[in-house]
Amino acid sequence: MIKLNVVDKVYRTDTIETTALKNINLQVEKGEFLSIMGPSGCGKSTLLNIMGLLDKPSSGKVKIEELEVGTFGDRKLAKIRNRKIGFVFQSFHLINDLSVLDNVEIPLLYRRLSGKERKGRALEVLEKVGLSARVKHFPRQLSGGQCQRVAIARAIVGNPEIILADEPTGNLDSVMGAEIMDILMKLNKEANTTIVMVTHDIHLAEQTQRIIRLFDGSQVM
Amino acid sequence: MLKNYIKLAFKVLLRHKFFTFASLFGISFTLMILLVVTSVFDHILGPTYPETRLRRTLYVMDLEIKGPEITKRGSVGYYFLNKYVKSLKTPEKVAITSFMNRMISYNDQQKLKIIMKFTDSVFWEIMDFNFIDGKPYNNEDVSNVNPVAVINETTSEKFFGEESALGKFIEVDWKKYKVIGVVEDVPILRLLPYSDVWVPVTHTKEDITSYTMEGDYQALILAHTRSDFKKIKQEFKKHLDQVEFLDDQFDSIKGGADTFLESISREMFGFDDSQVYLIIGIMISLMILFMILPALNLVNININRIMERYSEIGVRKSFGASSITLVGQFIVENIILTLIGGGIGLILTIIVLSILNNVEVIPLANFTLNYRIFVFAILISIFFGIFSGVYPAFKMSRLQPVDALRGGQR
Repeated sequence: MIKLNVVDKVYRTDTIETTALKNINLQVEKGEFLSIMGPSGCGKSTLLNIMGLLDKPSSGKVKIEELEVGTFGDRKLAKIRNRKIGFVFQSFHLINDLSVLDNVEIPLLYRRLSGKERKGRALEVLEKVGLSARVKHFPRQLSGGQCQRVAIARAIVGNPEIILADEPTGNLDSVMGAEIMDILMKLNKEANTTIVMVTHDIHLAEQTQRIIRLFDGSQVM
Repeated sequence: MLKNYIKLAFKVLLRHKFFTFASLFGISFTLMILLVVTSVFDHILGPTYPETRLRRTLYVMDLEIKGPEITKRGSVGYYFLNKYVKSLKTPEKVAITSFMNRMISYNDQQKLKIIMKFTDSVFWEIMDFNFIDGKPYNNEDVSNVNPVAVINETTSEKFFGEESALGKFIEVDWKKYKVIGVVEDVPILRLLPYSDVWVPVTHTKEDITSYTMEGDYQALILAHTRSDFKKIKQEFKKHLDQVEFLDDQFDSIKGGADTFLESISREMFGFDDSQVYLIIGIMISLMILFMILPALNLVNININRIMERYSEIGVRKSFGASSITLVGQFIVENIILTLIGGGIGLILTIIVLSILNNVEVIPLANFTLNYRIFVFAILISIFFGIFSGVYPAFKMSRLQPVDALRGGQR
């Protein structure tokens, strides 16, 4: 599903060069639920961003469903992100000016769908995450757990095959964190969605099928 | 998608009330000034009543006569116009009219100041006056020095109240004229046709048959089409070459059959160069400069506004928006903002013009917003929207999604 081959990521400024990822080789299979662990600053989020085409590697190859994306332009990358990948961020990244329903509809705006179809699909996924009663609310009127459920609804509304979650429970208490984890587990089992999750929490990571550990930008066993 | 953009645009506008106010104020105020100025220009220079044939009219307004020791520059005498302009073959018609003459008149022993013009009969054929009553004087009236006059509506009311002025007499400069026509008022800014009273040119005190180069007259040359202008100008130049000088004081003459703008350029730059394109260039440059300043300000405001939306940009990119889609979104938002500003500007313009009309800053002036000015306003609004939105939108759309999500930092 996702294949990384000898991926490096180096950040350069005028005076300093920082290696965020070094020689990463990774293959994620379809339907797999994988977690990435490691100390802060070890490159977990960078790896996830490269897998999700939100960032470009300095060298190495990234393949999504056997498609080598290194040479793809902005439009093609945008299309892959739209059709194949859903993101869940630690800080939710909801648009405060839009209602819950409008936030969830965002990925569908970039597809050829009517307003009615978009609304129908968004309501469907909001029901799945238990937020049917909050569709007209705005993000600031919701709790952290509810915000993350909206973010999950937004990530899955376009039926992507891959969900990339960057510390999805990082800003939540343990009860809410467990709720979010349940939703992700259910998605993986019922819809066979491939999920890659960055987490600091070993208890959450242990619930996934495989754990990848990073240290100073390198993969460790 | 557009509905979503519009919805978001209104929310963003409401979120940053001060920015929105500053943007809208900048757009609407600039637009209002521009529209009022163009309305005034349109009023003076546009083909409006009674100069509806302005676009195919040329003018001979002044001359420069040179001699070994002396150079004279000024308006033209009737003799010159009659001999060298009236005789042009290319134009459809040529009329001669005097400049404004301030005269004294009495009505019921009340002293009145009257503007009077001496014209030939062709003047009425080139100008498109609305006759409320009666008709203009004809060539016979001019040749026979018939004491007839055409007056404007205001003069008719001043002298005769509600009654019809036709057949009644009006005394101007101790001479009695029979009113044979009443025309709708002409705004004072239309300098060429404006007057209170028009009488046949043969009533002037000066001897119009004697040799005079200088005087207080001008010629109106109506071409069949604008494409004849060049030919008319060349023919007039040939006529100038044939001018006879009665004494040794002068030996050369310069002048031109000009459009209105060209005659302004002659006033500014003299007779050697009819630099009408320079005038137009200056006017357009000033207008662009006037528009660019608020647009640059808007770019600045927009950069700030967009910088606060890095997270949104990151989210949209993460979920499938391409750079071009985002540029489109921000331009739509900006166009909405500027169209609102344009709308407010238009309303302000209508208010200002109606105030100008009501307080009669310029007598008889009727500044209006016509469809040309309206289209101009809409185009300017869209120009503002695109110009001030493209750069910031392009700048932010180039960000990698991850940089946008981080707040624009690499």
